[in-house]
Amino acid sequence: MIRFENVGLRYDMGPEVLRDLTFEIRRQSFQFLTGPSGAGKTSLLRMLFLALRPTRGLITVLGRDVATLSRKDLPSIRRRIGVVFQDFRLLDHMTTYENVALPLRVRGRQEHEYRQDVVDLIKWVGLGERLDALPIVLSGGEKQRAAIARALIDQPDILLADEPTGNVDAPLARRLLRLFLELNRSGTAVVIATHDLGLMEQVDARRLVLADGRLEIYD
Amino acid sequence: MTDTAAPSTAGPSRTQRLVATLRGRGQTPIVPAGNVAGRALTTVIAIMTFLAALTVGAVSLVTDTAGRWQNDISNEITVQVKPADGLDMAQALETVRQIALQTPGVKGATVLDEAATGRLLEPWLGEGVDLQELPVPRLVVVSIDTGDPPNFEFMRQELQEAVPQADLDDHRAWVSRLVTMARTVVFVGVFVLALVIVATTLTVVFATRGAMSGNRHIVEVLHFVGARSSFIAREFERHFLRLGLIGAAAGGAVAIVVFVVLGHLTEANRQTPEADQISALFGSFTIGWTGYVGVLLLVATVAALTALTSRLTVTRHLAEIDMISPVEN
Ligand SMILES: Nc1ncnc2c1ncn2[C@@H]1O[C@H](COP(=O)(O)OP(=O)(O)O)[C@@H](O)[C@H]1O
Ligand SMILES: [Mg+2]
Repeated sequence: MIRFENVGLRYDMGPEVLRDLTFEIRRQSFQFLTGPSGAGKTSLLRMLFLALRPTRGLITVLGRDVATLSRKDLPSIRRRIGVVFQDFRLLDHMTTYENVALPLRVRGRQEHEYRQDVVDLIKWVGLGERLDALPIVLSGGEKQRAAIARALIDQPDILLADEPTGNVDAPLARRLLRLFLELNRSGTAVVIATHDLGLMEQVDARRLVLADGRLEIYD
Repeated sequence: MTDTAAPSTAGPSRTQRLVATLRGRGQTPIVPAGNVAGRALTTVIAIMTFLAALTVGAVSLVTDTAGRWQNDISNEITVQVKPADGLDMAQALETVRQIALQTPGVKGATVLDEAATGRLLEPWLGEGVDLQELPVPRLVVVSIDTGDPPNFEFMRQELQEAVPQADLDDHRAWVSRLVTMARTVVFVGVFVLALVIVATTLTVVFATRGAMSGNRHIVEVLHFVGARSSFIAREFERHFLRLGLIGAAAGGAVAIVVFVVLGHLTEANRQTPEADQISALFGSFTIGWTGYVGVLLLVATVAALTALTSRLTVTRHLAEIDMISPVEN
């Protein structure tokens, strides 16, 4: 579904942050992306969801060579990729419900058609009581779950999550992990970037480990 | 901001629904409604609209007045008889009157009597002047059939032969000068309007760019949830249409109030000699319906222009904000 071949990345004139990355994210697969802080996990995710172009190498996303994509092509590809940011990026002036519904609204869907789906998903992530709350009154864990719900609302082919358990306590982290596994069983490929070893120990899954700008893969 | 689009079970009232529709499909606007920059822009748009509306009012006033002058004047011509040694003024005036009345196309002719002449000259000579003692020219006012006007050249010759001191003034020089002046005023007005529109457009361009960078995080989120440029541009357009409408309506409303108040003031002052002069020139300071319609059109134009400008600006600069910076094509 996503293929990297000899991908390298540097910011401006800086040193190469990522070097010679070659790997593939398969349909319906589940993997952790790990490595110490500053290893380049976020940078790699940003290339995965078309927020960053590599300085060299070839990236193919959903069958399209990223280098040849024009700006017009980006929305239709991004619509099949769900992203959970480390800092959530919820819109502050919108309620939980509106934030989660945003991807559908952006796609031009009518609110009366999707309202129930959005409410159901918000309940599924355990925010049923917080439908009308603004992000400012949500706790870190609640924002995390709102961000996850927003990434999932249009049933993406792949979910990319950056440190999705970074802001929550261990029990909630386990619940979120179960949520991702359930999502994966229903057919979505999942990539979780984390440096939380405890989290990874709970699942026997593929690991992409970044160190010194290089990637090692443990299947 | 927490109110609309909540999936509450209680049905919203009719008014709530209407308000919600005005606010955009019942959902919180994606570009947040109120901030300082937005208020500043609304104020600028209000001021610009006010100035433009005053210009529209002035232009409409001048064209209406010029039209009225032109009509009045072409209803009437005057024959002036200059005093001269040995000229019997009363006799001469009567001759002129008779010749005028005999000319085809003339509906009537009256000698402006001494009292009226005195009033006409009062501002220059003061009250109670004995006109008999002064060599003052006298006038015969001839009203003409505008549908079938007399031959002025023929009439002028006839008069000259009978009374060499008579001088027919058909006001043509006046009218053409008036028309030129009115055209100049209209031209200047259109120029001022153009300036105001350019200034408004530029202001909106900068405000839109400001709003885009101020809401950059929102644009980024919209991008990664898959929004197309057209969707984002439409959201900004709606935001600025709202600001533009509020500003333009406020500016237009104040301008209309100013028109009405000025109209009333000149109306009330009509009894005084000063106001007499003003209303002799302009009628009362009343803006005709063209002026009011012009102001309404102006409000709509400014709002539409604001929305369109911001849309174009957003479309043009969206690429800078997209997270990936691809080769443009
Ligand atoms: N926008 C940026 N500009 C310059 N350097 C950056 C930028 N983002 C990240 N980096 C650098 O790239 C390296 C990897 O960062 P990051 O991808 O955030 O790592 P991780 O998510 O694994 O902590 C770090 O050295 C960081 O300083
Ligand atoms: Mg990171």
